[in-house]
Formats: sequence, C-alpha cells, structure tokens
Amino acid sequence: MTVLLFTIIVLAGAFCAGLLGSLTGLGGGVVIIPLLTLVLGVDIHYAIGASIVSVIATSSGSAAAYVKEGITNIRIGMFLEIATTISAVLGAIITVYLNPSFIAVMFGLILMFSAVMMLRKKVDHSDNDTSGKLATFFKLNGSYPTAEGPKSYAVHNVVGGFVMMFFAGIISGLLGIGSGALKVVAMDNIMRIPFKVSTTTSNFMMGVTAAASAVVYLHRGQIDPGIAMPVTIGVLIGATVGAKILIRTKTDKLKIIFAIVVGFLALQMIYNGLSGKL
Amino acid sequence: MKKEAKSVFVDKDIQFILGTLLRVGVVTAMTVVFVGGLIYLLVASNKIADYHVFKPELAEYSSISAILSGVLSFNGKAIIQFGTLLLIFTPITRVVFSVFSFLIERDYMYVTIGLFVLAVILFSLSNKLVG
Repeated sequence: MTVLLFTIIVLAGAFCAGLLGSLTGLGGGVVIIPLLTLVLGVDIHYAIGASIVSVIATSSGSAAAYVKEGITNIRIGMFLEIATTISAVLGAIITVYLNPSFIAVMFGLILMFSAVMMLRKKVDHSDNDTSGKLATFFKLNGSYPTAEGPKSYAVHNVVGGFVMMFFAGIISGLLGIGSGALKVVAMDNIMRIPFKVSTTTSNFMMGVTAAASAVVYLHRGQIDPGIAMPVTIGVLIGATVGAKILIRTKTDKLKIIFAIVVGFLALQMIYNGLSGKL
Repeated sequence: MKKEAKSVFVDKDIQFILGTLLRVGVVTAMTVVFVGGLIYLLVASNKIADYHVFKPELAEYSSISAILSGVLSFNGKAIIQFGTLLLIFTPITRVVFSVFSFLIERDYMYVTIGLFVLAVILFSLSNKLVG
C-alpha cells in the first residue's frame, strides 16, 4: 500500500471514529485502534501512539465549548490528576514490555466494558449530604449554576475515586485511550459528582493525562508522523462535526448500533490477541 | 460569603480565557500538522507504507532537538511531529494557568498540587524514562 492510499484510508476511518465517538460519548480512540490494527495491519504500538495524540486533540478542542458554561471543578480535576498523570506515565512505560497479544485482549475487554457503560442509563447520584473529611480538606465540594440559582453538591468517597482514577490512568497509558468509561465510574458512581460537573472535569483531565503519556510515547518512537497525522486530523474533524450534529439529534438508536459494532470489534481484538495474530 | 462570590467570578473569567487558549492551541497545532502532512505527502506519497512491525530504532523524530532541527530543514515528518508537540503542550499550558489562578486566590495547597502534576509531566518530558 502506498503512503498516499494509507493516508486517505486512515483519514476517512479516523473521521468516522471521531464522528461516532463524539455522538455516542465513547471517544475516538476505541475505534481507531481496532481499525489500524485489524484492518490495516498496523503494529498496536504505533496505533496506541497515534490514538493518544487524537485524545489530546479532541479533549482540548471540546474543552473550549465546555468551559464557557463554567462548571468545570478545577480543584477536583487537579486533585485527581495527581493519580492519573503518575499512573498514565507508568502505563506508558510498561506498555512496550507487554506482549501485543496481551494488550489486544485487554483492549477488547475495556472496549466491551465501555460499550456496556454507554448503553446503561446514567443515574445522577449527586446530593449535598455531608461528605467526608478529605473532600472538605481538599476543598472539592462545589456548586454549579441552574435555572433556580446555584446548586451545591458534596463529593463522596475521595479515596475510592482516587484509586479508580489511578486505574483509569494506567489503562489510558497502556492502551492509548482516554478511558472515559472508567472516569465516569470514578466520578459519577464512586464520588457522586453531578453530571454537569463530572463531564467537563473529566474532559479537562483527559487532555492532561494523555499529554503525560504522549511524551513517553514520543520519546520511544511510538508516535509515527505518517500515522499520527491522518489520525489526529480525521478524529478532530469528525468529533467537531459530531458535536454540531449532537445538539439536534437523538442518539439512543445510534448508541445501540454502535454498541454492537464496538462489541464485535472487541471480540475481534480478543480473538486476534489470543490467537497471536496481533 | 462575599469573598466566595468574588472568587467564583475570577474562576469564570480565567476559565473563559483558558477555553479560548485551548482552542487557539489546538487550531495552531493542527494547522502545523496539516502543513507538515502536505509536505510529507509531496515527498513520500508513492512510497510504501509499512507499519506491520514496531521498529522504534527507525523513528527519526523522537526527541525535541531532532524535531526542531528537522523543522528548520522543512522536513514534512518533522513538521508533523512539531505540531504534535504543540498539541501535547496545549493541556500542559492549561495546568500552568490553573496554577497561576490558584496563586491569585492564595490557595497554596492547590498551587502545590498543580506544581506536582507539572513536575510529573516534566519528568517524563526529560527523556529519562525510556531506556
């Protein structure tokens, strides 16, 4: 395959990945890595390097839209970044020593988990009951504007959320994805932060976490310009278009279709990993 | 109570500036990647794309100094990597700004936390972690 053809195919694939990723909230990386590895036969280490760059692009690009609403809790983000940056760097260091088959299987499992999380109805667990000492000490509790004036919320189980974020960071560093599904578990389910705050805060963290592991990938030669260029451009344009469509479309049916596709990709990754084809 | 209201206001202002900064950063980085991509395709479009095996020893532009010297000789691949570097620095800049905003609010605990996060990133940037 010539470089030109490769670039065009990856560009088109990355566009679709970015589009679907932003419409369904799953992110672009989870689709682009199977596309590169299963369809184009790219080594998974290169695919991971290209994917992490696209994670930075989409998270920073959409953050501009989010921060206008002014509900990112920078303190929660910064506090949890202690966990995610350390673990993302760790993950990025370990990943090259792992067998590609093992990475593929793990990727498949995370993919399945993300698909299930996407279909599950999100429940807002937030409240303003008394929260723990740690949340108060680290000034994590906050408020966000609503039609009826500012609404306060309390942050729960700081230790549990921190540990879960550490895990999310490792996965992000190992697999080159934003691991948004795991961050949702940490922030919405464990720490019980309201959606309006957790979505934007998680996005804020994603860019910083991805940057930390991207630096390691770059030094190791995992970010190849020939792959990273079409992946980043494609995913970013796709995600931007997706965000525009999202405002006036219902995505329930799309999510089910996409979950089936993602589930299929996940099985493929696991199968190829187990049979040693990747 | 009054003090709290003021700090929310400052927070919002800073967040708005940050949002704009992020967008400018992403657009600039992507423009550089795009230009680099065009130059790269002009030179290499008929070559064979082979990524079947991970060969880190063949990576030409995997350090900041190599990227910068490649940019000066208008190498397409180096320009793409330079754009990628700009992209990587965009969220890092956001952390730097947050540290300043905590400093303005005299929240020294969060100044320390922010500096720690920066230190982790800078440490990985120092190229000591990859053997």
